[in-house]
Amino acid sequence: MDETLHARIWRGQAQGSFKAYRVPRRQNQTILDVVTYVQRHLDPSLAYRFACRVGMCGSCAMTVNGVPRWTCRTRVAEVVDGSGVEIAPLAHLPVVRDLVTDMRGFFDKWSRAKGRFVGERTRRDEFAVVKPDSAARVAVDAGIECIGCGVCYAACDVVGWRPDFLGPAALNRAWTLVNDRRDTAGRDRMRAVAGDAGCHACHTQGSCTTWCPKHLAPTAAIAGLKRVTAKAAMRGEL
Amino acid sequence: MSNVGVQVRGWYWQRVSAMVLAVCVVIHLAIIIYASRRGLTAAQILGRTRGSVPLAAFYALFVAACAVHVPIGLKSIAEEWLSWRGRSVSIAAVFVAVAILAMGLRAVWAVVA
Repeated sequence: MDETLHARIWRGQAQGSFKAYRVPRRQNQTILDVVTYVQRHLDPSLAYRFACRVGMCGSCAMTVNGVPRWTCRTRVAEVVDGSGVEIAPLAHLPVVRDLVTDMRGFFDKWSRAKGRFVGERTRRDEFAVVKPDSAARVAVDAGIECIGCGVCYAACDVVGWRPDFLGPAALNRAWTLVNDRRDTAGRDRMRAVAGDAGCHACHTQGSCTTWCPKHLAPTAAIAGLKRVTAKAAMRGEL
Repeated sequence: MSNVGVQVRGWYWQRVSAMVLAVCVVIHLAIIIYASRRGLTAAQILGRTRGSVPLAAFYALFVAACAVHVPIGLKSIAEEWLSWRGRSVSIAAVFVAVAILAMGLRAVWAVVA
């Protein structure tokens, strides 16, 4: 193992450049460790975002050697190219500064996709009984663990081509609600997620599924949405 | 029907037309291979195609599937790669559909009439 890692880190906003730093190698060192070392010891003006450091919060996602990843769960040894690594902000999001992106557009699309649960029961009603092994509940389980890190969104080429495309995370969220039998906003949600800015723009390239750190499959969720919304459209319900 | 409804129907018909095209292309290739392997001349081919209702129906279906499939795909490519959106790209797609239909059916007519 080389004793020094040559890290090239993006500095600036949309207009900027990579700046080179020399960082000592450590056993089991993560990319987040590298960025933190640079900020604590070499250049305190470096801006980046993190919170939990253990893959729970989803706030430290960056582009590492061209691939969107959680930096806290990415070991340098997994991704180092020779003795170097290139670290940039997530793609398809405006850069606030250095490695920090503005996530508002990403989360606004969750809202546009009607990603909020709408129920009809109150706390005075009985609990809804949902069989754990029912097909709909199994479909919900497959996508429910998303923590909104934006890795799939940055990995998706269609987001780059169609800025109004809702993206894999918002559509995955919508699919979990379409399959939630307690939810009452199904028709509105299907209208929100269908069409050229919604699930039908997906090319099924699968980059979201390939890079999702939670090993979810937004591609499958989007395929499900295509199926149910196409049926609804042919019945004249959209 | 809403704009979204039109977009979803477009997606649906592109998938259906793709299924039709998959079958048509295989049959078309088989016909080409048969004609070329047998060394048929243009006159011999026309002798077999003229007056053939099944051949006319098959190639008319092939042309119709192309006229549905191609414009929808070209519209998506124009939107994603050229950022050409809105009403003008939809009108251009309809123009492409009509052109494919007219040229294709004219070609079918030329070999069966």
